[in-house]
Amino acid sequence: MTKYSLYGKMVLYALLRRRSRMVVALLAVAIGATVLSGLVTLYYDVPRQMGREFRSYGANLLLLPDGDNQVMPEQAVQLAAGSLPQGKVIGMAPYLYDRVLINSQPIMAAGTDFAAVKKVSPYWQITGQWPAPGSGGAVVGAEVAELLRLKPGQTVTITVPGAEQEKKLPVAGIVHTGGSEEDFIFVELPLLQQWLGKPGLVSVAQVSVQAGEGELTAWMQQTAGTGGGITPRLVKQLTQSEGLVLGKLQALVYLVTLIVLLLTLICVATTMMAVVTERRKEIGLKKALGAENRSIVLEFLGEGMVLGGLGGLLGTGCGFYFAQVVSLQVFARPISFQPLIALAAFGAAVAVAGLACLIPVRMATGVEPATVLRGE
Amino acid sequence: MNILELQGITMDYGTVKALDDVRMTVKQGEWLAIMGPSGSGKTTLLNIIGCMDKPSGGAVILDGVDLSTLSSKGLTAIRREKIGLVFQQFHLIPYLTALENVMVAQYYHSMPDEEEALAALARVGLKDRARHLPSQLSGGEQQRVCIARALINYPALILADEPTGNLDEANQNLVLEIFQTLHREGHTIVTVTHDPEVAARAERCIVLGHGRIAGEQRMCKPAPEGRPADNKEEQCQCG
Ligand SMILES: Nc1ncnc2c1ncn2[C@@H]1O[C@H](COP(=O)(O)OP(=O)(O)OP(=O)(O)O)[C@@H](O)[C@H]1O
Ligand SMILES: [Mg+2]
Repeated sequence: MTKYSLYGKMVLYALLRRRSRMVVALLAVAIGATVLSGLVTLYYDVPRQMGREFRSYGANLLLLPDGDNQVMPEQAVQLAAGSLPQGKVIGMAPYLYDRVLINSQPIMAAGTDFAAVKKVSPYWQITGQWPAPGSGGAVVGAEVAELLRLKPGQTVTITVPGAEQEKKLPVAGIVHTGGSEEDFIFVELPLLQQWLGKPGLVSVAQVSVQAGEGELTAWMQQTAGTGGGITPRLVKQLTQSEGLVLGKLQALVYLVTLIVLLLTLICVATTMMAVVTERRKEIGLKKALGAENRSIVLEFLGEGMVLGGLGGLLGTGCGFYFAQVVSLQVFARPISFQPLIALAAFGAAVAVAGLACLIPVRMATGVEPATVLRGE
Repeated sequence: MNILELQGITMDYGTVKALDDVRMTVKQGEWLAIMGPSGSGKTTLLNIIGCMDKPSGGAVILDGVDLSTLSSKGLTAIRREKIGLVFQQFHLIPYLTALENVMVAQYYHSMPDEEEALAALARVGLKDRARHLPSQLSGGEQQRVCIARALINYPALILADEPTGNLDEANQNLVLEIFQTLHREGHTIVTVTHDPEVAARAERCIVLGHGRIAGEQRMCKPAPEGRPADNKEEQCQCG
């Protein structure tokens, strides 16, 4: 048997054959690593998740016609949107606005793409149903519906100024937003374009982009002048509050992580101190046998490292599970395993356990064999 | 040749004078017993000889080396190289088997050698208990493991503080027989004991009283190869 294998045996058996004490220390490390890896994993994933969630509060970018123009070509809008950062566009909803008459009352009508609205404005609450694509169904704002006593399933008759014929559309749903949308009637974009004689034209496009204010401003500066008749405008309030909340969240995660590491440190150190006190006789004996301080230090550090390693492994696994559960519960989507974070959490657990052993190890080397071996 | 020489050793614990001007020598291959009432300084003396304590005054010459010139690191090295310790409370590492306990001494000394450790256990009659934990061994067996551990690095001096203090008579005899064999083989042994019967097995007996040497007696027995039965008949009382 080599020196190393006996060293390994001593370290392992000291842990395995004296279980109860070590289980406490192991739990401390494992819980620390769990919270650490869980929080960091969440912290890594949450901004992305939060980005998506915040986007549900509506568009953060508007595309408007240049100058005094009332409308702009749909194609130019598509072009501009295409130059936004790849894969970050959650949705783009085009709108064409004009006044129509319903039961001789002037009402604002908006032509749009309902599928896109669902993405850009997920906060729309529909009583009834979204119109099936191509069905020609309308969505009526809650205010309008109340004014005209409209209910889903009924038919609404629309008169477009300048066009002789009355248009009859089925009401698919009533929309509640608490906002200006409730004063509109929404129909499919091609229909309104046709009625108004404005094919291929829209008044505005609302874009929901998963990007911060800085990123969007940079994009706007880049594309300035090349807009092809289009002016982008930031919807400021939202992007700012988004950054603020994320910043606060980040500080919180750092703080909690730090506290957890500190608590783990204290707990492991306390346990190891108790272990050293418990084993003063054994340390004294080893010194009496001629062990150098270095050997004693190496043995206790070894125990601490094994504890840190095991606890770290356990905790990193549990932490990922914990993050997964939280993500599923809160954001309703799974998170991906991040090997780097797992490695970092594991490394932190080992380092904290090793650090926690420093004071106890100092105590261990201070043991006087003559004193501790004397009598009971 | 003297393997150990104590020159006017004193040991003060505050106002307590545990040892007071102790002078003595131990010859190579000798078996010395130290007796004395409780508190007379026996353990203190043994700790000083075993390099676990430094005396307040006087000099210890062990195997030609003046211990007072050594640092604590040097003392540790001497302990490792020259001393084999046997304790009244055995002091085995509880989470290691008998074999591993013996090998730990090898580990700190040089290299663990399983075969040699097994042979040492066989010498004390514990070959078949090598894989047992101390808690699975009787007191007598534990003490024999302790002796095997003390022997494993071929120490110049074996020190035993009340090695039979916690054992019944049968186990005491087993242990004493092992010491006797070791003595016959030429090991130098110093045992501390309360028991005159144990002291009688030694060649020479020193009696401590209040930290001073109060008496010394050479056992009136022939050569160490005498059988235990003979010793009993001829034993002399110490002190
Ligand atoms: N660390 C210490 N601090 C103070 N006094 C001590 C210390 N160690 C020993 N003594 C005192 O020194 C004296 C000698 O103690 P020692 O243990 O050597 O006696 P002993 O002969 O081994 O006794 P026993 O037969 O009971 O084991 C005692 O009076 C004891 O109280
Ligand atoms: Mg004593």
